[in-house]
Amino acid sequence: MLEAIDLTCARGERELFSGLNVTVTPGLLVAIVGENGSGKSSLLRMLCGLLPRERGAIRWKGTDIGDLKDEYTQQLTYLGHLNGTKDDLTPVENLQISAHLSGDDDSVSSAREALLAVGLGRRAQGLPTRVLSQGQKRRVALARLWLSTRLLWILDEPFAALDDGGVTLLTERFKRHLDGGGMAVVATHQDIQLPRESVRQLRLPG
Amino acid sequence: MSQAGLGGAVGAIVKRDLLLAFRRRADLSTTVFFFIMVASLFPLGVGPEPGVLRAIAPGVLWVAALLSCLLSVGRVFTADYQDGVLEQMVLIPHPLIVMVLAKVFAHWLVSGLPVVLLSFLLGLQFGLEGDALAVLALSLLLGTPTLSLIGSIGAALTLGVRGSGMLVALLVLPLFIPVLIFGAGAVSSTVSGIGAEANLSLLGACLMVALPLAPWATAAAVRIAVE
Amino acid sequence: MSDSRVTWSKYSSLQALYPLAGRLIPWCAGAAVLFMAAGLYLGFFVAPTDFQQGEAYRIIFVHVPAAWMSMFLYVMMALWAGLGLGLKARPSFMMAQAIAPTGAIFTFLALLTGALWGKPTWGAWWVWDARLTSELILLFLYLGVMLLHASIDDLRRADRASALFALVGVVNVPIIYFSVRWWNTLHQGASVSMTAAPKMAATMLTAMLLMAIGFWLYSMAVILMRLRCVILERNSQPRWNQSAVEPGVKEIRA
Repeated sequence: MLEAIDLTCARGERELFSGLNVTVTPGLLVAIVGENGSGKSSLLRMLCGLLPRERGAIRWKGTDIGDLKDEYTQQLTYLGHLNGTKDDLTPVENLQISAHLSGDDDSVSSAREALLAVGLGRRAQGLPTRVLSQGQKRRVALARLWLSTRLLWILDEPFAALDDGGVTLLTERFKRHLDGGGMAVVATHQDIQLPRESVRQLRLPG
Repeated sequence: MSQAGLGGAVGAIVKRDLLLAFRRRADLSTTVFFFIMVASLFPLGVGPEPGVLRAIAPGVLWVAALLSCLLSVGRVFTADYQDGVLEQMVLIPHPLIVMVLAKVFAHWLVSGLPVVLLSFLLGLQFGLEGDALAVLALSLLLGTPTLSLIGSIGAALTLGVRGSGMLVALLVLPLFIPVLIFGAGAVSSTVSGIGAEANLSLLGACLMVALPLAPWATAAAVRIAVE
Repeated sequence: MSDSRVTWSKYSSLQALYPLAGRLIPWCAGAAVLFMAAGLYLGFFVAPTDFQQGEAYRIIFVHVPAAWMSMFLYVMMALWAGLGLGLKARPSFMMAQAIAPTGAIFTFLALLTGALWGKPTWGAWWVWDARLTSELILLFLYLGVMLLHASIDDLRRADRASALFALVGVVNVPIIYFSVRWWNTLHQGASVSMTAAPKMAATMLTAMLLMAIGFWLYSMAVILMRLRCVILERNSQPRWNQSAVEPGVKEIRA
């Protein structure tokens, strides 16, 4: 499980939040809500270890993530507000490479399957990502979740630019992840249609 | 992760960058043309006397190679930074130093190696022959990887910074000086018949120092940039 | 709003540093004047005239200590920068930031006096001497550190990035120096060299040392003053200002 204790975040000289505690246990999705600029993205980046923390501890299964390094990132799938895909590669190529680098199944067939699961048809799969719409690009990035076998997902606004169908698909994927003992920390503006006991909301002060 | 996993990841990064370079061939040829253009300007500025050209050839060709390397290496991480690939690279379960090294290697393959190969042609334009041509290519072969390694530090430090192109130049050019001195020195001492061994060994030593240290600094700078 | 929620403990070290720096400044500045006056007197009036270069050589009493300081300060800056990166300590970064301009000024002074010395001695304002060239490159490195810091908006990132560059520079300085020496011997032989300075008499060495100590004290004073500015600039929250600046200001007036 993931624990964050007494986290403080400052951007420049401005303090965004302090004394923040988060605990994520298997089967639980923590939804981070708050106004724009309240530090949602910073909190997620801190939980990933990208952003150094001013104060406080972040522990994975009892050990500080700073000491775990690769052992922690092996358990982690992070999706920021940038898609992390290359415009000049096709969706399939993008997905294969990111799956390969994070040690997931990187075969063409499973990449195609994952893209079909997020609603990206055969035709769109062979085009350069550059020509796809915003929503489709987001789907390419999200398709990583269909290949991911990681325990912990940290996602920054995964619903952004998705249409209703996309939201439903992603919610279903969340449900399967949590049912399998997975954990998730998700920054979002909208309600996630999941059973009440598997979602906890954390509101950051404005 | 296993050793094979690490090798695979290096292979994947090199392969991706080569594929991207291939799909954006225009960018690639810019570097090469820049090298040819800069070198070709000098005879127009200095005059066509073969003696003068032969005397300035080592310096001119090396400076042209150095500038074209600077031009391309300054952007080695920019695209990855903008589309979020760089932060994903920090989070994959492999040492960032090795990933950075893989990127720099791929970069050198598409922008450093062509310069090395073209140097034969430009050397002929400047009236170099025989040993001097060979030493020119050899010195560039030893020197341009060092330039790419050092340049990647500046590229990573200036990610997301206003006017980063000029800043990279200002940061990195002073650090290029030893490579320039030993590289151009190797060629000019061949021309004057002294022998290039000492300069070439020093170039090799620079590469040996840069190879472990520069990726470390670049990786640290990348971490600072994506935070 | 959230701006006023800055905790006190975060600034405790700076709070102590600010008045301490204030107390040290007048002492350093006063001693600097004394040492430099003594050094200049010895160098300009007591030291013997050189039989080859005449009176012109006396500029070395500024040139050589300035060159020493430019290198010493670069190492100091890199040390503070490394300390800042290692310990994640903000005051260390501020110290490094405060040192850089003074170091750059001494480098510039060394170059300027080198040129002024060169004109009467070798008839040229600039000679591609190994040491002068290395000083020029050192100036570029200083400028790089300062420009990199100035062009990154996020202060914490600016601190860490410029600290890293200062460290990269300090590893490179010896290599650059060696390569420039190498280049110099290859192209010029020993015709012109700053090492051909007149043989040191005891008074000359004393004068140079006095000047070096004076420059060092001056650097301390100026760096501490700049450090205080940096501290103020970075903590422009009203609450912090009132309680920490006022005592400091009184201190100086008293």
